[in-house]
Amino acid sequence: MSAYDLNDLVQEDRVHRLLYTDAALFADEMTRIFGGTWAYLAHESQIPRNDDFVTVRLGLRPLIVLRDGRGTLRALYNRCTHRGTTLCRRDRGSAKAFQCPYHGWTFLNSGVLSGVPWPDGYACDFKDAKFNLAQVPRVESYRGFVFGTLNPAAPPLREHLGPVARPIDEWLDRHPGGRVELREANRIKYRGNWKLAYDNSADGYHVVFSHRSLLEMENRLEEDPGKGMSFYRSKPDEAPMYVQYLGHGHHFKDKRPNVPKAPGALWAIEGAHPGMEYFEAKLRRELGPRADAALDLAASEPVNINVFPNLLILGNHVQVIEPVAVDETDLTWYATAVVDADGALGPAVDDVNALRLRTQEAFPNFGEVDDAANFEEIQRGLRAPEDEWVYMHRGLGIPGRVTTGADGVITAPATDEVFMREYLKEWKRLMEARPELAVRREP
Amino acid sequence: MSGEHDPSRSSWYVGDAFYRDLAAAFADWTREERRIDDPALRDRCAQLLAREARLLDGARYEDWLALFAPECLYWIPGTPGGDPRREVAVAFDDRRQLEGRIFRLRTGYAWSQVPASRTARIVSNVEAFRADAAGTLMVRSTFLVSEFRAGAARVLSGWCCHRIAEQLDGWRILVKQVNLIDCDQPLRNPSLVL
Repeated sequence: MSAYDLNDLVQEDRVHRLLYTDAALFADEMTRIFGGTWAYLAHESQIPRNDDFVTVRLGLRPLIVLRDGRGTLRALYNRCTHRGTTLCRRDRGSAKAFQCPYHGWTFLNSGVLSGVPWPDGYACDFKDAKFNLAQVPRVESYRGFVFGTLNPAAPPLREHLGPVARPIDEWLDRHPGGRVELREANRIKYRGNWKLAYDNSADGYHVVFSHRSLLEMENRLEEDPGKGMSFYRSKPDEAPMYVQYLGHGHHFKDKRPNVPKAPGALWAIEGAHPGMEYFEAKLRRELGPRADAALDLAASEPVNINVFPNLLILGNHVQVIEPVAVDETDLTWYATAVVDADGALGPAVDDVNALRLRTQEAFPNFGEVDDAANFEEIQRGLRAPEDEWVYMHRGLGIPGRVTTGADGVITAPATDEVFMREYLKEWKRLMEARPELAVRREP
Repeated sequence: MSGEHDPSRSSWYVGDAFYRDLAAAFADWTREERRIDDPALRDRCAQLLAREARLLDGARYEDWLALFAPECLYWIPGTPGGDPRREVAVAFDDRRQLEGRIFRLRTGYAWSQVPASRTARIVSNVEAFRADAAGTLMVRSTFLVSEFRAGAARVLSGWCCHRIAEQLDGWRILVKQVNLIDCDQPLRNPSLVL
């Protein structure tokens, strides 16, 4: 357990380097943040049928998130109650039961121990609940996004999400049936603290610098550079986009106001992608006047919806931050596909998705790699013990720049760092709260 | 349709037929009866791959691009055998995007490659197989890429399939498929051209 007074480490305008470098603080985060508040676990489209499962982590805990035989969502600890072996080593699949590879103990996907080899060698009663798998006691879904917490005192999920539910709703509702399907992912590892990714996710200040090569690449064939994130190029604080802090650590950067509200407007600012001319022409032939709206579904939605501590919905991606160690993090950029939920797209849904998968490969390849390189260089810079502070005071103290609404939502220009200052207050609150965490077992 | 368009500027060729042909070409292509026994032809394939590795190790990306046919694909699947119509890939570059990838590296602002990786590639186990299309071969090779960058060395490994066709001025790469052994795992700094 860390020995610091967090009031010293988290100040109004800056935080201490130890937040990113200290192994004891990291160990506390893995229970007080990951476990102490709601964390994103999985998406329901990854486990569409009963008995489907996917293996994930909650902090460092290996979990099997599944839909049991009755369709109930569960997050079982992937840990045999006998000696601690992980039961399931696959990324995903379908199973009614899990047999431990080490001594053959078998558990139903409800978590109940169903069999122990040669039980007459034991004097105990295996009906005792302590032999059933531990599971996350509170697992709830918000419109397909499955979250879990070990904190009995945490508010209900919907209340915890609060105002961030609105951009999530809007993000979903632009799709037929108000839903998407997760597909495979672009996966990036960096040697840096997990919060560097969360600091970055609503940061409008870094874009033209960290992503300069991407902006130049996207516009290299254009006479008039307006593709991609070009709206950051000059005076981004005067553009209609904005950043918001939404409470409970969640933040939101909304770039939609930069783009005209007209069918085809999102598609018009997409950079070059494989097959775009072919499939655009095909969709226009097939769908006529409805093609613009379909093409917008293949285009990136200009939002960053950041649900503390580990879910980043951006563009068309569902990105998950997975801490590995104080200085190592995995970022999984799940691609999403459109579902022809109302039959309106028909076979054209495959063409939309053929484009949409390609558009989603661009940022991980040509943007995120540079952010990740900068995260690694931050981690290297923060090794210097005497130079202690990380500043996040952009916008602080400028009258009228940051406004707070009646609902508590804080709004600021797109390059403001108020979202960092605010989420780190929530981080500090959770780290100091030291909630009593509990697992549940089937009786 | 595609002949009317410059694939460096537009992407008409990556359409339904392209995806269909890609799936067909990359299914079950290492059948023994298709293996090339002619040592001279096998050697030409190995020489092409050695030359490619030399150009990449020297960061001679424009010369490397010149080895590709105009309508080409640079493809790193994100899962073993992954279908690009169903899922995202680590990389899926048509001609325009591959030129964009090189352009980006040349800007000097691609921080993931500043400083640039230094690499030494070993390409081995080269086998060639006849493809259905006339004058077209599928070449399988295994690679090890030793990379040094930003103070640390690492090794990337996997196997490649080069789909190549003989054109008037020699062999050209139609598709380079790079199968990293850890393609479905978190990849640290995947900005290196493989």
